[in-house]
Amino acid sequence: MQSSDIVNLLKEKFSKEILCTVYFRGDCTIIIKRDKAKEILKFLKETPSLDFDYLIDVTGVDYMGARQPRFNVVYHLMSIKNANRIRVKVEVPEEDCWVETVSDLWATANWHERECFDMFGIEFKGHPDLRRILMPEDWEGYPLRKDYPVGSDLGDKEWKTFKDILQQTKERA
Amino acid sequence: MEREITATKELIVNMGPQHPATHGVLRLVLDVDGERIIKCTPYVGYLHRGIEKLSEDLTYVQALPLTDRLDYLASAANNIGFCVAIEKLLGLEVPPRAKFIRTIMGEMARICSHLVWIATHALDIGAMTVFLYAMRDREVFLDLFEMVTGARMTVSYPRVGGVRCDVNNEFLDKLYKFIETFPEKVVEYETLIDQNRIWLKRTKGVGIITAEEAINWGLTGPTLRGSGVYYDVRKFFPYDAYDKVDFEVPLGKNCDVYDRYKCRMLEFRQSARIIKQCIDKLPEGPILANEAMKIRMPSAPVKIDKKDIQVEIYIDDKAIEEFVQKYSEVYASVEVPKGELGFYVVCDGTAKPYRLRLRSPSFVHAGALKKLCEGGLVADVIANIGSIDLVLGECDR
Repeated sequence: MQSSDIVNLLKEKFSKEILCTVYFRGDCTIIIKRDKAKEILKFLKETPSLDFDYLIDVTGVDYMGARQPRFNVVYHLMSIKNANRIRVKVEVPEEDCWVETVSDLWATANWHERECFDMFGIEFKGHPDLRRILMPEDWEGYPLRKDYPVGSDLGDKEWKTFKDILQQTKERA
Repeated sequence: MEREITATKELIVNMGPQHPATHGVLRLVLDVDGERIIKCTPYVGYLHRGIEKLSEDLTYVQALPLTDRLDYLASAANNIGFCVAIEKLLGLEVPPRAKFIRTIMGEMARICSHLVWIATHALDIGAMTVFLYAMRDREVFLDLFEMVTGARMTVSYPRVGGVRCDVNNEFLDKLYKFIETFPEKVVEYETLIDQNRIWLKRTKGVGIITAEEAINWGLTGPTLRGSGVYYDVRKFFPYDAYDKVDFEVPLGKNCDVYDRYKCRMLEFRQSARIIKQCIDKLPEGPILANEAMKIRMPSAPVKIDKKDIQVEIYIDDKAIEEFVQKYSEVYASVEVPKGELGFYVVCDGTAKPYRLRLRSPSFVHAGALKKLCEGGLVADVIANIGSIDLVLGECDR
Protein backbone atom coordinates (compact mmCIF):
# COMPACT_ATOMS: atom_id res chain seq x y z
CA MET A 1 0.00 0.00 0.00
CA GLN A 2 1.31 3.42 -1.00
CA SER A 3 1.63 6.09 1.65
CA SER A 4 -0.77 8.29 -0.31
CA ASP A 5 -3.41 5.56 0.04
CA ILE A 6 -2.89 5.54 3.78
CA VAL A 7 -3.39 9.29 3.86
CA ASN A 8 -6.57 8.96 1.81
CA LEU A 9 -7.92 6.35 4.15
CA LEU A 10 -7.22 8.56 7.11
CA LYS A 11 -8.74 11.57 5.42
CA GLU A 12 -11.96 9.69 4.83
CA LYS A 13 -12.21 8.73 8.47
CA PHE A 14 -10.77 11.79 10.22
CA SER A 15 -11.16 14.64 7.75
CA LYS A 16 -11.12 17.40 10.35
CA GLU A 17 -8.16 16.12 12.31
CA ILE A 18 -5.46 16.12 9.67
CA LEU A 19 -3.63 19.39 9.15
CA CYS A 20 -1.26 18.48 6.37
CA THR A 21 0.91 15.78 4.87
CA VAL A 22 4.49 16.08 3.74
CA TYR A 23 6.37 13.79 1.39
CA PHE A 24 10.11 14.11 1.51
CA ARG A 25 12.75 11.57 0.36
CA GLY A 26 10.24 8.77 0.47
CA ASP A 27 9.14 9.57 4.02
CA CYS A 28 5.50 10.37 4.59
CA THR A 29 4.65 12.71 7.45
CA ILE A 30 1.14 13.35 8.67
CA ILE A 31 0.59 16.30 10.98
CA ILE A 32 -2.56 15.95 13.06
CA LYS A 33 -4.45 17.73 15.80
CA ARG A 34 -4.13 16.52 19.34
CA ASP A 35 -7.73 15.78 20.23
CA LYS A 36 -8.14 12.54 18.34
CA ALA A 37 -4.47 11.61 18.08
CA LYS A 38 -4.89 8.40 19.99
CA GLU A 39 -7.87 7.35 17.93
CA ILE A 40 -5.92 7.90 14.74
CA LEU A 41 -2.96 5.91 16.02
CA LYS A 42 -5.30 3.17 17.11
CA PHE A 43 -6.93 3.19 13.70
CA LEU A 44 -3.51 2.87 12.06
CA LYS A 45 -2.66 -0.03 14.30
CA GLU A 46 -5.87 -1.96 14.13
CA THR A 47 -7.04 -1.57 10.55
CA PRO A 48 -6.11 -4.88 8.92
CA SER A 49 -5.06 -3.39 5.59
CA LEU A 50 -2.73 -0.89 7.29
CA ASP A 51 -1.50 -3.06 10.15
CA PHE A 52 0.98 -0.69 11.74
CA ASP A 53 1.75 -3.14 14.50
CA TYR A 54 5.20 -1.88 15.30
CA LEU A 55 5.92 1.39 17.06
CA ILE A 56 9.49 2.31 16.27
CA ASP A 57 9.81 5.49 18.26
CA VAL A 58 8.08 8.25 20.15
CA THR A 59 9.88 11.52 20.59
CA GLY A 60 9.39 15.24 20.74
CA VAL A 61 10.59 18.28 18.84
CA ASP A 62 10.62 21.80 20.21
CA TYR A 63 9.86 24.48 17.60
CA MET A 64 10.31 27.41 19.95
CA GLY A 65 9.59 30.70 18.25
CA ALA A 66 9.00 29.10 14.87
CA ARG A 67 5.57 27.68 15.27
CA GLN A 68 2.51 27.77 17.48
CA PRO A 69 1.77 25.26 19.04
CA ARG A 70 5.32 24.93 20.22
CA PHE A 71 5.87 21.19 20.54
CA ASN A 72 5.44 18.21 18.28
CA VAL A 73 5.22 14.67 19.50
CA VAL A 74 6.51 12.42 16.76
CA TYR A 75 5.46 8.80 16.32
CA HIS A 76 7.25 6.53 13.91
CA LEU A 77 5.15 3.55 12.96
CA MET A 78 6.02 0.54 10.90
CA SER A 79 4.10 -2.34 9.47
CA ILE A 80 6.20 -5.48 9.41
CA LYS A 81 3.77 -7.20 7.07
CA ASN A 82 3.69 -4.40 4.48
CA ALA A 83 7.26 -3.25 5.10
CA ASN A 84 6.42 0.43 5.22
CA ARG A 85 6.89 3.24 7.64
CA ILE A 86 4.91 6.34 8.44
CA ARG A 87 5.49 9.34 10.65
CA VAL A 88 2.66 10.93 12.62
CA LYS A 89 3.20 14.29 14.28
CA VAL A 90 0.90 15.69 16.92
CA GLU A 91 0.95 19.39 17.71
CA VAL A 92 1.10 20.20 21.42
CA PRO A 93 0.88 23.75 22.80
CA GLU A 94 3.21 24.91 25.56
CA GLU A 95 0.68 26.07 28.13
CA ASP A 96 -1.48 22.95 27.97
CA CYS A 97 1.25 20.43 27.46
CA TRP A 98 -0.17 16.95 27.20
CA VAL A 99 -1.07 14.12 24.84
CA GLU A 100 -2.78 10.87 25.53
CA THR A 101 -0.55 7.90 26.17
CA VAL A 102 -0.33 5.05 23.68
CA SER A 103 1.45 2.73 26.08
CA ASP A 104 -1.67 0.57 26.25
CA LEU A 105 -1.53 0.07 22.48
CA TRP A 106 2.20 -0.57 22.29
CA ALA A 107 4.12 -1.61 25.40
CA THR A 108 7.30 -0.11 23.97
CA ALA A 109 5.76 3.37 24.17
CA ASN A 110 6.08 3.27 27.94
CA TRP A 111 9.76 4.13 28.03
CA HIS A 112 9.72 6.35 24.97
CA GLU A 113 7.01 8.47 26.54
CA ARG A 114 8.87 8.62 29.80
CA GLU A 115 11.90 9.88 27.95
CA CYS A 116 9.84 12.45 26.09
CA PHE A 117 8.42 13.66 29.39
CA ASP A 118 11.89 13.77 30.88
CA MET A 119 13.37 15.77 28.02
CA PHE A 120 10.49 18.05 27.00
CA GLY A 121 8.11 18.11 29.92
CA ILE A 122 5.22 16.86 27.83
CA GLU A 123 2.71 15.03 29.96
CA PHE A 124 1.30 11.74 28.70
CA LYS A 125 -2.16 11.40 30.12
CA GLY A 126 -2.98 7.96 31.38
CA HIS A 127 0.61 6.79 31.44
CA PRO A 128 1.04 4.16 34.18
CA ASP A 129 4.42 5.29 35.41
CA LEU A 130 5.39 8.77 34.26
CA ARG A 131 8.74 9.48 35.90
CA ARG A 132 12.04 10.86 34.71
CA ILE A 133 14.11 8.16 33.11
CA LEU A 134 17.51 9.41 31.95
CA MET A 135 17.92 12.46 34.16
CA PRO A 136 17.99 12.21 37.98
CA GLU A 137 14.55 12.30 39.50
CA ASP A 138 15.05 15.68 41.21
CA TRP A 139 16.43 17.38 38.12
CA GLU A 140 14.97 20.78 37.30
CA GLY A 141 14.10 21.82 33.78
CA TYR A 142 13.70 19.88 30.58
CA PRO A 143 17.04 19.47 28.81
CA LEU A 144 15.97 19.14 25.19
CA ARG A 145 13.85 22.28 25.16
CA LYS A 146 15.43 24.99 23.08
CA ASP A 147 15.50 27.47 25.95
CA TYR A 148 17.60 25.10 28.05
CA PRO A 149 21.32 25.96 27.77
CA VAL A 150 23.77 23.47 26.27
CA GLY A 151 26.73 24.62 28.33
CA SER A 152 27.32 23.72 31.95
CA ASP A 153 27.14 27.34 33.05
CA LEU A 154 23.97 26.83 34.99
CA GLY A 155 24.87 29.01 37.98
CA ASP A 156 22.31 28.59 40.70
CA LYS A 157 20.52 25.95 38.72
CA GLU A 158 23.14 23.36 39.63
CA TRP A 159 21.70 20.01 40.47
CA LYS A 160 20.63 20.21 44.10
CA THR A 161 21.46 16.66 45.11
CA PHE A 162 24.97 17.13 43.82
CA LYS A 163 25.34 20.28 45.91
CA ASP A 164 24.11 18.44 48.99
CA ILE A 165 26.55 15.62 48.42
CA LEU A 166 29.42 18.10 48.03
CA GLN A 167 28.36 19.81 51.23
CA GLN A 168 28.19 16.56 53.12
CA THR A 169 31.63 15.44 52.00
CA LYS A 170 33.06 18.78 53.09
CA GLU A 171 31.46 18.49 56.48
CA ARG A 172 32.76 14.98 56.99
CA ALA A 173 36.33 15.83 55.96
CA MET B 1 13.97 -22.43 75.24
CA GLU B 2 12.01 -20.05 73.07
CA ARG B 3 11.20 -21.16 69.61
CA GLU B 4 12.45 -18.94 66.83
CA ILE B 5 9.73 -17.75 64.55
CA THR B 6 10.58 -17.74 60.88
CA ALA B 7 8.56 -15.47 58.73
CA THR B 8 8.40 -15.40 54.96
CA LYS B 9 8.07 -12.07 53.24
CA GLU B 10 8.85 -10.44 49.97
CA LEU B 11 12.31 -9.06 49.65
CA ILE B 12 13.62 -6.21 47.58
CA VAL B 13 16.97 -6.91 45.97
CA ASN B 14 18.93 -4.12 44.39
CA MET B 15 20.98 -5.36 41.47
CA GLY B 16 23.45 -2.84 40.19
CA PRO B 17 24.37 -0.22 39.09
CA GLN B 18 27.75 -1.74 39.87
CA HIS B 19 27.35 -5.36 39.01
CA PRO B 20 29.75 -7.22 36.79
CA ALA B 21 27.06 -9.07 34.91
CA THR B 22 25.00 -6.06 33.95
CA HIS B 23 27.46 -5.05 31.23
CA GLY B 24 27.63 -1.49 32.43
CA VAL B 25 25.70 0.68 34.79
CA LEU B 26 22.25 -0.87 34.71
CA ARG B 27 20.27 -1.06 37.92
CA LEU B 28 17.47 -3.51 38.47
CA VAL B 29 15.28 -3.42 41.54
CA LEU B 30 13.82 -6.86 42.05
CA ASP B 31 10.94 -7.74 44.31
CA VAL B 32 11.54 -11.40 45.05
CA ASP B 33 9.56 -14.07 46.75
CA GLY B 34 12.21 -16.63 47.50
CA GLU B 35 13.98 -17.19 44.21
CA ARG B 36 11.09 -16.05 42.09
CA ILE B 37 10.84 -12.50 40.76
CA ILE B 38 7.53 -10.78 41.30
CA LYS B 39 8.44 -7.39 39.99
CA CYS B 40 11.43 -6.07 38.12
CA THR B 41 12.04 -2.35 37.70
CA PRO B 42 14.99 -1.33 35.53
CA TYR B 43 16.66 2.03 36.11
CA VAL B 44 18.79 3.52 33.38
CA GLY B 45 20.42 6.87 32.80
CA TYR B 46 23.68 6.49 34.73
CA LEU B 47 25.63 6.94 31.53
CA HIS B 48 23.55 9.75 30.07
CA ARG B 49 25.79 12.23 28.31
CA GLY B 50 23.20 14.21 26.45
CA ILE B 51 24.38 13.27 22.97
CA GLU B 52 21.10 14.49 21.44
CA LYS B 53 21.45 17.88 23.08
CA LEU B 54 25.16 18.17 22.33
CA SER B 55 24.72 17.47 18.64
CA GLU B 56 22.28 20.36 18.34
CA ASP B 57 25.25 22.59 19.08
CA LEU B 58 27.64 20.91 16.64
CA THR B 59 27.75 20.77 12.86
CA TYR B 60 26.83 17.56 11.08
CA VAL B 61 30.49 16.63 10.68
CA GLN B 62 31.32 17.38 14.29
CA ALA B 63 28.42 15.29 15.52
CA LEU B 64 29.75 12.16 13.82
CA PRO B 65 32.34 11.20 16.50
CA LEU B 66 29.62 11.39 19.14
CA THR B 67 27.93 8.42 17.49
CA ASP B 68 31.06 6.36 18.21
CA ARG B 69 30.20 6.65 21.86
CA LEU B 70 26.80 5.05 21.52
CA ASP B 71 27.52 1.39 21.10
CA TYR B 72 31.25 1.49 21.71
CA LEU B 73 31.64 -2.18 20.81
CA ALA B 74 30.53 -1.56 17.23
CA SER B 75 31.31 2.07 16.57
CA ALA B 76 31.60 1.68 12.80
CA ALA B 77 28.00 0.51 12.57
CA ASN B 78 26.76 3.59 14.43
CA ASN B 79 28.78 5.92 12.22
CA ILE B 80 27.24 4.32 9.17
CA GLY B 81 23.79 4.89 10.58
CA PHE B 82 24.45 8.57 11.11
CA CYS B 83 25.91 8.96 7.62
CA VAL B 84 23.02 7.10 6.01
CA ALA B 85 20.57 9.45 7.72
CA ILE B 86 22.36 12.63 6.67
CA GLU B 87 22.77 11.31 3.12
CA LYS B 88 19.07 10.66 2.97
CA LEU B 89 18.44 14.19 4.19
CA LEU B 90 20.71 15.70 1.55
CA GLY B 91 19.76 13.26 -1.20
CA LEU B 92 23.41 12.29 -1.65
CA GLU B 93 24.38 9.31 -3.78
CA VAL B 94 27.33 7.41 -2.33
CA PRO B 95 29.89 5.93 -4.78
CA PRO B 96 29.67 2.13 -5.04
CA ARG B 97 33.16 1.48 -3.72
CA ALA B 98 32.41 3.43 -0.57
CA LYS B 99 29.19 1.49 -0.16
CA PHE B 100 30.99 -1.83 -0.27
CA ILE B 101 33.74 -0.67 2.09
CA ARG B 102 31.10 0.49 4.54
CA THR B 103 29.30 -2.81 4.33
CA ILE B 104 32.55 -4.60 5.14
CA MET B 105 33.13 -2.31 8.11
CA GLY B 106 29.59 -2.67 9.33
CA GLU B 107 29.81 -6.44 9.28
CA MET B 108 33.22 -6.44 10.95
CA ALA B 109 31.67 -4.33 13.67
CA ARG B 110 28.84 -6.82 13.96
CA ILE B 111 31.24 -9.73 14.38
CA CYS B 112 33.26 -7.76 16.95
CA SER B 113 30.18 -6.92 18.93
CA HIS B 114 28.83 -10.44 18.81
CA LEU B 115 32.20 -11.76 19.95
CA VAL B 116 32.08 -9.58 23.03
CA TRP B 117 28.49 -10.70 23.50
CA ILE B 118 29.27 -14.42 23.38
CA ALA B 119 32.30 -13.90 25.60
CA THR B 120 30.43 -12.07 28.34
CA HIS B 121 27.17 -13.94 27.99
CA ALA B 122 28.90 -17.30 28.38
CA LEU B 123 31.04 -15.98 31.21
CA ASP B 124 27.96 -14.78 33.08
CA ILE B 125 26.32 -18.16 32.79
CA GLY B 126 29.47 -19.94 33.81
CA ALA B 127 31.42 -20.94 30.71
CA MET B 128 34.82 -19.33 31.05
CA THR B 129 36.68 -20.77 28.09
CA VAL B 130 34.59 -19.17 25.38
CA PHE B 131 35.63 -15.78 26.68
CA LEU B 132 39.28 -16.46 25.88
CA TYR B 133 38.51 -17.83 22.42
CA ALA B 134 36.29 -14.89 21.50
CA MET B 135 38.72 -12.28 22.76
CA ARG B 136 41.52 -13.92 20.79
CA ASP B 137 39.57 -13.54 17.55
CA ARG B 138 38.26 -10.08 18.34
CA GLU B 139 41.84 -8.93 18.58
CA VAL B 140 42.33 -9.75 14.90
CA PHE B 141 39.37 -7.60 13.93
CA LEU B 142 40.50 -4.72 16.10
CA ASP B 143 43.92 -4.86 14.47
CA LEU B 144 42.24 -4.78 11.08
CA PHE B 145 40.22 -1.74 12.12
CA GLU B 146 43.43 -0.07 13.26
CA MET B 147 45.07 -0.81 9.92
CA VAL B 148 42.49 1.21 8.01
CA THR B 149 41.20 3.79 10.44
CA GLY B 150 44.03 4.22 12.94
CA ALA B 151 41.72 3.46 15.82
CA ARG B 152 40.72 0.18 17.41
CA MET B 153 37.45 1.07 19.08
CA THR B 154 36.09 4.50 18.19
CA VAL B 155 36.82 4.53 14.50
CA SER B 156 34.86 7.53 13.11
CA TYR B 157 35.66 6.08 9.74
CA PRO B 158 32.65 6.63 7.48
CA ARG B 159 31.90 10.13 6.27
CA VAL B 160 28.73 11.69 4.97
CA GLY B 161 28.92 10.76 1.30
CA GLY B 162 31.50 8.00 1.57
CA VAL B 163 34.39 6.95 3.76
CA ARG B 164 37.43 8.78 5.07
CA CYS B 165 40.21 6.84 3.34
CA ASP B 166 40.55 3.96 0.97
CA VAL B 167 41.38 0.41 1.97
CA ASN B 168 44.51 -1.22 0.59
CA ASN B 169 45.12 -4.72 -0.70
CA GLU B 170 47.12 -5.73 2.34
CA PHE B 171 44.07 -5.13 4.49
CA LEU B 172 41.76 -6.92 2.11
CA ASP B 173 44.06 -9.95 1.85
CA LYS B 174 44.43 -10.22 5.58
CA LEU B 175 40.71 -9.85 6.15
CA TYR B 176 39.82 -12.35 3.43
CA LYS B 177 42.23 -14.93 4.80
CA PHE B 178 40.83 -14.58 8.28
CA ILE B 179 37.21 -14.50 7.26
CA GLU B 180 37.61 -17.74 5.30
CA THR B 181 38.61 -19.54 8.46
CA PHE B 182 36.15 -17.69 10.66
CA PRO B 183 33.20 -20.09 10.34
CA GLU B 184 35.46 -22.84 11.75
CA LYS B 185 36.17 -20.60 14.71
CA VAL B 186 32.46 -20.20 15.32
CA VAL B 187 32.24 -23.99 15.40
CA GLU B 188 34.96 -23.90 18.05
CA TYR B 189 32.84 -21.69 20.28
CA GLU B 190 29.83 -23.84 19.68
CA THR B 191 31.57 -27.10 20.57
CA LEU B 192 32.33 -25.58 23.95
CA ILE B 193 28.77 -24.72 24.88
CA ASP B 194 26.26 -26.00 22.37
CA GLN B 195 25.91 -29.46 23.90
CA ASN B 196 26.92 -28.39 27.36
CA ARG B 197 24.31 -29.61 29.78
CA ILE B 198 24.66 -26.63 32.11
CA TRP B 199 24.40 -24.21 29.21
CA LEU B 200 21.23 -25.85 27.94
CA LYS B 201 19.69 -25.83 31.40
CA ARG B 202 20.43 -22.18 31.85
CA THR B 203 19.19 -21.03 28.46
CA LYS B 204 16.46 -23.35 27.18
CA GLY B 205 12.98 -22.20 28.11
CA VAL B 206 14.31 -19.13 29.90
CA GLY B 207 13.17 -15.58 29.16
CA ILE B 208 10.40 -16.52 26.77
CA ILE B 209 8.79 -13.71 24.79
CA THR B 210 6.36 -14.62 22.03
CA ALA B 211 6.40 -13.05 18.58
CA GLU B 212 3.40 -10.78 19.25
CA GLU B 213 4.81 -9.65 22.55
CA ALA B 214 8.22 -9.05 21.04
CA ILE B 215 6.66 -6.78 18.40
CA ASN B 216 4.56 -5.07 21.03
CA TRP B 217 7.62 -4.39 23.17
CA GLY B 218 9.47 -3.03 20.14
CA LEU B 219 12.34 -5.48 20.14
CA THR B 220 14.62 -5.51 17.13
CA GLY B 221 17.64 -7.35 15.82
CA PRO B 222 18.53 -10.88 16.91
CA THR B 223 16.43 -10.41 20.05
CA LEU B 224 13.32 -10.08 17.90
CA ARG B 225 14.37 -12.71 15.40
CA GLY B 226 14.91 -15.20 18.21
CA SER B 227 11.14 -15.08 18.54
CA GLY B 228 10.74 -15.96 14.89
CA VAL B 229 9.76 -12.56 13.50
CA TYR B 230 11.29 -11.88 10.13
CA TYR B 231 12.44 -8.30 10.37
CA ASP B 232 15.86 -7.06 9.42
CA VAL B 233 16.52 -3.47 8.32
CA ARG B 234 19.12 -4.74 5.89
CA LYS B 235 16.42 -6.66 4.02
CA PHE B 236 13.42 -4.38 4.57
CA PHE B 237 15.00 -1.01 3.90
CA PRO B 238 18.37 -1.81 2.29
CA TYR B 239 21.18 0.69 2.64
CA ASP B 240 24.79 0.60 1.49
CA ALA B 241 25.51 -2.57 -0.49
CA TYR B 242 23.14 -4.94 1.28
CA ASP B 243 20.90 -5.21 -1.74
CA LYS B 244 23.86 -6.42 -3.81
CA VAL B 245 24.97 -9.28 -1.58
CA ASP B 246 23.38 -12.60 -0.73
CA PHE B 247 22.63 -13.42 2.85
CA GLU B 248 20.04 -15.07 4.98
CA VAL B 249 18.32 -13.84 8.10
CA PRO B 250 18.44 -16.54 10.76
CA LEU B 251 15.25 -16.97 12.74
CA GLY B 252 14.55 -18.67 16.04
CA LYS B 253 11.54 -20.71 17.00
CA ASN B 254 11.26 -21.19 20.74
CA CYS B 255 11.49 -17.50 21.71
CA ASP B 256 13.93 -18.22 24.55
CA VAL B 257 17.48 -17.27 25.49
CA TYR B 258 18.84 -20.28 23.64
CA ASP B 259 17.20 -19.31 20.34
CA ARG B 260 18.50 -15.78 20.61
CA TYR B 261 21.93 -17.23 21.19
CA LYS B 262 21.50 -19.50 18.19
CA CYS B 263 20.44 -16.58 15.98
CA ARG B 264 23.56 -14.64 16.81
CA MET B 265 25.76 -17.67 16.20
CA LEU B 266 24.22 -18.04 12.75
CA GLU B 267 24.66 -14.32 12.14
CA PHE B 268 28.41 -14.77 12.60
CA ARG B 269 28.41 -17.00 9.54
CA GLN B 270 26.17 -14.68 7.53
CA SER B 271 28.40 -11.72 8.35
CA ALA B 272 31.43 -13.66 7.23
CA ARG B 273 29.58 -14.51 4.04
CA ILE B 274 28.71 -10.86 3.40
CA ILE B 275 32.29 -9.69 3.96
CA LYS B 276 33.58 -12.34 1.58
CA GLN B 277 31.16 -11.31 -1.15
CA CYS B 278 31.95 -7.64 -0.65
CA ILE B 279 35.67 -8.23 -1.07
CA ASP B 280 35.01 -10.30 -4.20
CA LYS B 281 32.78 -7.66 -5.71
CA LEU B 282 34.61 -4.56 -4.47
CA PRO B 283 34.52 -2.11 -7.40
CA GLU B 284 37.13 0.51 -8.25
CA GLY B 285 36.35 4.19 -8.16
CA PRO B 286 36.05 7.16 -5.86
CA ILE B 287 35.33 6.75 -2.16
CA LEU B 288 33.62 10.06 -1.51
CA ALA B 289 30.76 11.73 -3.36
CA ASN B 290 31.65 15.05 -5.00
CA GLU B 291 28.82 16.90 -3.32
CA ALA B 292 30.04 15.65 0.05
CA MET B 293 32.50 18.53 0.26
CA LYS B 294 29.79 21.08 0.78
CA ILE B 295 28.79 19.60 4.09
CA ARG B 296 32.38 19.24 5.25
CA MET B 297 32.87 23.00 5.54
CA PRO B 298 32.48 23.99 9.19
CA SER B 299 29.76 26.57 8.75
CA ALA B 300 28.25 25.73 5.39
CA PRO B 301 24.46 25.81 5.64
CA VAL B 302 22.62 22.71 4.53
CA LYS B 303 20.36 23.64 1.65
CA ILE B 304 17.41 21.42 0.92
CA ASP B 305 15.76 21.90 -2.44
CA LYS B 306 12.18 23.06 -1.87
CA LYS B 307 11.06 21.10 -4.92
CA ASP B 308 11.84 17.84 -3.14
CA ILE B 309 9.27 18.58 -0.47
CA GLN B 310 5.70 17.89 -1.46
CA VAL B 311 3.15 19.38 0.85
CA GLU B 312 -0.58 18.87 0.91
CA ILE B 313 -2.46 21.15 3.25
CA TYR B 314 -6.00 20.47 4.36
CA ILE B 315 -6.62 23.50 6.54
CA ASP B 316 -6.63 27.23 5.97
CA ASP B 317 -3.24 28.08 7.39
CA LYS B 318 -0.53 29.84 5.38
CA ALA B 319 2.06 29.58 8.13
CA ILE B 320 2.09 25.82 8.14
CA GLU B 321 3.41 25.58 4.59
CA GLU B 322 6.39 27.80 5.34
CA PHE B 323 6.94 25.83 8.50
CA VAL B 324 7.07 22.40 6.89
CA GLN B 325 9.21 23.77 4.06
CA LYS B 326 11.73 25.14 6.51
CA TYR B 327 12.01 22.15 8.80
CA SER B 328 12.71 19.15 6.63
CA GLU B 329 13.01 15.84 8.40
CA VAL B 330 14.01 12.27 7.69
CA TYR B 331 14.15 9.02 9.56
CA ALA B 332 16.73 6.48 8.53
CA SER B 333 17.78 3.35 10.34
CA VAL B 334 20.45 0.72 10.08
CA GLU B 335 20.83 -2.76 11.50
CA VAL B 336 23.51 -2.45 14.15
CA PRO B 337 24.54 -5.62 16.04
CA LYS B 338 21.96 -4.94 18.76
CA GLY B 339 19.03 -4.18 16.51
CA GLU B 340 17.61 -1.20 14.70
CA LEU B 341 19.44 2.05 15.30
CA GLY B 342 17.34 4.89 13.97
CA PHE B 343 18.26 8.49 13.36
CA TYR B 344 15.51 11.07 13.15
CA VAL B 345 16.99 14.31 11.87
CA VAL B 346 15.23 17.66 11.68
CA CYS B 347 17.10 20.16 9.55
CA ASP B 348 16.32 23.88 9.63
CA GLY B 349 18.69 24.86 6.83
CA THR B 350 21.64 25.83 9.03
CA ALA B 351 24.90 23.95 9.44
CA LYS B 352 23.74 22.29 12.64
CA PRO B 353 20.99 19.73 13.11
CA TYR B 354 17.89 21.29 14.65
CA ARG B 355 17.07 18.03 16.35
CA LEU B 356 18.85 14.71 16.25
CA ARG B 357 16.98 11.84 17.76
CA LEU B 358 18.63 8.48 18.33
CA ARG B 359 16.34 5.51 18.52
CA SER B 360 18.63 3.04 20.19
CA PRO B 361 17.82 -0.66 20.38
CA SER B 362 19.38 -1.11 23.82
CA PHE B 363 17.05 1.46 25.34
CA VAL B 364 14.02 -0.40 24.04
CA HIS B 365 15.45 -3.76 25.08
CA ALA B 366 16.21 -2.52 28.58
CA GLY B 367 12.56 -1.53 28.85
CA ALA B 368 11.54 -5.04 27.89
CA LEU B 369 13.69 -6.58 30.63
CA LYS B 370 10.72 -6.17 32.94
CA LYS B 371 8.72 -8.43 30.70
CA LEU B 372 11.50 -10.99 30.35
CA CYS B 373 12.45 -11.26 34.00
CA GLU B 374 9.14 -11.20 35.83
CA GLY B 375 8.03 -14.64 36.88
CA GLY B 376 11.49 -16.08 36.39
CA LEU B 377 14.30 -16.87 38.80
CA VAL B 378 16.92 -14.46 40.08
CA ALA B 379 19.69 -16.42 38.37
CA ASP B 380 17.91 -16.10 35.03
CA VAL B 381 18.09 -12.32 35.15
CA ILE B 382 21.73 -12.60 34.18
CA ALA B 383 20.90 -14.90 31.29
CA ASN B 384 18.22 -12.48 30.13
CA ILE B 385 20.48 -9.44 30.27
CA GLY B 386 23.05 -11.34 28.26
CA SER B 387 20.54 -12.50 25.70
CA ILE B 388 19.29 -9.02 24.81
CA ASP B 389 22.88 -7.87 24.39
CA LEU B 390 22.66 -4.65 26.31
CA VAL B 391 25.15 -1.82 25.92
CA LEU B 392 24.47 1.03 28.28
CA GLY B 393 26.34 3.63 26.28
CA GLU B 394 23.72 3.24 23.61
CA CYS B 395 20.87 2.91 26.04
CA ASP B 396 21.54 6.12 27.95
CA ARG B 397 23.07 8.14 25.11
